[in-house]
Amino acid sequence: MARRAPAVLALGRDAPSRFLPWVFALMVYLAVLALTGVLILHSAVDRWQRGEVGTLTLQLMPQENESAGARIVLAEDILGGIEGVLAVRVVPQSESLALIERWLGVGNVPDDLPLPRLIDIDIAPGSGINAESLERRLAESLPGISVDDAKEWLDRLADFGRSLELLAIAVVILIGLAAVATVVFTTRMGLSIHRNVIELLHLIGARDRYVAAQFQRQAMMLGLRGGVIGIAFAVATLYGLRHVAGRLDTPLAPDVLVAHWAWALLAAVPIITALIAMITARVTALRELGKMM
Amino acid sequence: MVRFENVGMRYGMGPEVLHDVTFEINPGEFRYLVGPSGCGKTSLLRLMFLAQRPSRGLISMFGSDVMVAKRGELVGLRRKIGVVFQDYRLLDHLSALDNVALPLRVAGAKESEIQAHVYELLAWVGLADHIHALPDSLSGGQKQRVAIARAVITRPRLLLADEPTGNLDEALGQRLIRLFEELNRIGTTVIIATHNKSLVVRNPHPTLALVSGEIRTEKSSEKTAKNTNGKVG
Repeated sequence: MARRAPAVLALGRDAPSRFLPWVFALMVYLAVLALTGVLILHSAVDRWQRGEVGTLTLQLMPQENESAGARIVLAEDILGGIEGVLAVRVVPQSESLALIERWLGVGNVPDDLPLPRLIDIDIAPGSGINAESLERRLAESLPGISVDDAKEWLDRLADFGRSLELLAIAVVILIGLAAVATVVFTTRMGLSIHRNVIELLHLIGARDRYVAAQFQRQAMMLGLRGGVIGIAFAVATLYGLRHVAGRLDTPLAPDVLVAHWAWALLAAVPIITALIAMITARVTALRELGKMM
Repeated sequence: MVRFENVGMRYGMGPEVLHDVTFEINPGEFRYLVGPSGCGKTSLLRLMFLAQRPSRGLISMFGSDVMVAKRGELVGLRRKIGVVFQDYRLLDHLSALDNVALPLRVAGAKESEIQAHVYELLAWVGLADHIHALPDSLSGGQKQRVAIARAVITRPRLLLADEPTGNLDEALGQRLIRLFEELNRIGTTVIIATHNKSLVVRNPHPTLALVSGEIRTEKSSEKTAKNTNGKVG
């Protein structure tokens, strides 16, 4: 069986070949974290918007000389008669208590704390009902009420989330550009270091693409090696973050990384890095070789 | 095959190292390029093996005008030329086998075909026992022979050698010239740049004499030897 031809250019012995995998590792590590940020934010923004659209919350503050139960029944009656109200759900007192306990701690809520009763109201899209108009209609019969529109602050939160998402995408792009610049620099350095050998190869009849192939193969291997190191560290970091996020127990905590497609996307980062390195090295080498005799 | 007309050459903005060089070499010729050190022999060879373009004049190689040839066309021309460099220019990290195989590999030959061919050629130059040796472990003469094997592995139409006997003893130098003459007999045009006077006298062939960057005379080495009493150049 014919043996495999050895590499003509001893690129593996150069200084760039020693530091480049670590540069790639760092870039892949940062890119994976930034990309994870994009996925988390995208999922969270989507969930905030999808889940809360069209929901208003009525707060019935306790009134003297009037039982909470009677006020709830009255509120349900009135709401049931309003066109555009799709569903009404009285939030159990235990749920309200649980919300408070998150702040004060379990068992630390005084029994005589005047808790408002909450009623979730689903509104039909395009009905024209908003928090202000509904509060006006209910206030005549039920003094001491307020209607909150969760959508307003969730929209503001979603806008902020989208801005962060764009920022994270910009970071990923910048990391990609930095990888390209690094490969351009190291390829030029390699061409300069091996100038004599490259001239010899040309003189014995090598085409530019033969020489460029040496650089592209090397860049791809280094990219892949660095990428594997980078993603290994990134996955360890993400598991750590998931563990911490899991202990937060907040309804806003994202869990995007459970999705298999998200892991597959992140696993593709080292491969994409290697491809970028390979293509950049080839283009750079061909361009520089074209300037030679 | 090789035609130079009023060729001038300078490196960068430096002084002209070759002036109005005009000569022609026909297929099947064996020529010496002689002249004292620094007269421009290596520069002239660099123009012939297409490492450099001239500053002026016309160079035609195998019927192609080098001055206007595109880079892609130069590849085809270079594959017809074998070069033995003065400093061998072997790749240190490659074995004798891989150094010799290089021209075939860059031309895209199959690995299975390369092996047999290279073994045969290394045996021909007397290096059958050093096939896997790295250049650093070879003597000057052995390196020279690896360089020659590399230059002829593709059976070039033109063989250029820059001081090929410079690092060899007289017996080995003679053997080398026999090898070049053998190649010449099977159709390879050979041009040897040398300042080894005794080599030229012992193995007479026509010469191109270069003095201070100019071709002074084209004469046979018999005449050269007679006129200069053994001093060439």
